[in-house]
Amino acid sequence: MIVADRKSLQEILAMVKDDKKILIVGCKGCVTVCNVGGLKEVEILASSMKIARKKEGNPIDIDINVLERQCDNEYVAEISESVNDYDAVISLACGVGPQFLSEMYKDQTFYPGVNTTFFGGATQHGVWEERCAGCGTCAIHNFGGLCPIARCAKSLMNGPCGGSSNGVCEINKDTDCIWDAIVRKKMEAGELEDLMGVKGIKDWRTARHGGPRRSIREELVQGNI
Amino acid sequence: MRLSYPADIKVIQVPCTGRVDILHLLNAIEDGADGVYVAGCLEGECHYIEGNLKARRKVNYVKKTLTELGIEPERVEMYNLSSAQGARFAEIAIEMVEKIKALGPSPIKSSHAA
Repeated sequence: MIVADRKSLQEILAMVKDDKKILIVGCKGCVTVCNVGGLKEVEILASSMKIARKKEGNPIDIDINVLERQCDNEYVAEISESVNDYDAVISLACGVGPQFLSEMYKDQTFYPGVNTTFFGGATQHGVWEERCAGCGTCAIHNFGGLCPIARCAKSLMNGPCGGSSNGVCEINKDTDCIWDAIVRKKMEAGELEDLMGVKGIKDWRTARHGGPRRSIREELVQGNI
Repeated sequence: MRLSYPADIKVIQVPCTGRVDILHLLNAIEDGADGVYVAGCLEGECHYIEGNLKARRKVNYVKKTLTELGIEPERVEMYNLSSAQGARFAEIAIEMVEKIKALGPSPIKSSHAA
């Protein structure tokens, strides 16, 4: 899923400091699963913001809504009748949400309430870790199912580098060296030979380096199948 | 036992403090409560195993939020006592009321009072 962290209350409050009536829109997709932009978090943010503004003697009216997804126009359209009743709208979806909203409702101002961080998963309750860099050319099968693009600080295709020490990356003692894990896994499987060949230069054009990407399924473009 | 405790306290009963939500605490502050405390069972003695531990975590979350907003975190507290400790209940009520009185009224203007 896409993982995000909520912006600080102070940052969000500063965004809408001149507004009197706002809408906070959550999303039932990834941000609900990573506990940052679902119904509960939307309600908590609304209440916290109301407390802050009451304290300032400048109360704010806040309505809330949680869309099925903010990355599909059919759901974004659900707020069409009310969206312009507000001075501003805060989206707690990933970075896709406020953009889809901005594209559909050109006269309204949408603020991102979260910082979108990575594609990853929960390694324990309350902890999420990056697993995919969305590079557009998946090759994890070459590395024991572990991605050196997303999980090596240098995205090395041939590793580990000299900064690997006792299975830990030199950038941070809390960051495991994924190449150490890859090599160990291949050794245990008796497949170390697989890593001996030099991997060629990666074609980064399928990643962000090739500019914004688009995915087209012709059969779906033509209609429902 | 007929113990008395300050009339400033409004008791809201829940089946277990695990039922108390972050929003209940925030909404109380939002509506102008000067303080809120959760009186849960003794740690390790929750009938539902960890309801009181979850309540403490929620109280701590709200304390952090209040701190971020420049409001005294002591306005929200968690206490643990058993249902047999009536005297302790009264003692906690007195302690909390004294603490809140020392802090003064909530900086949030109550929408009811306005």
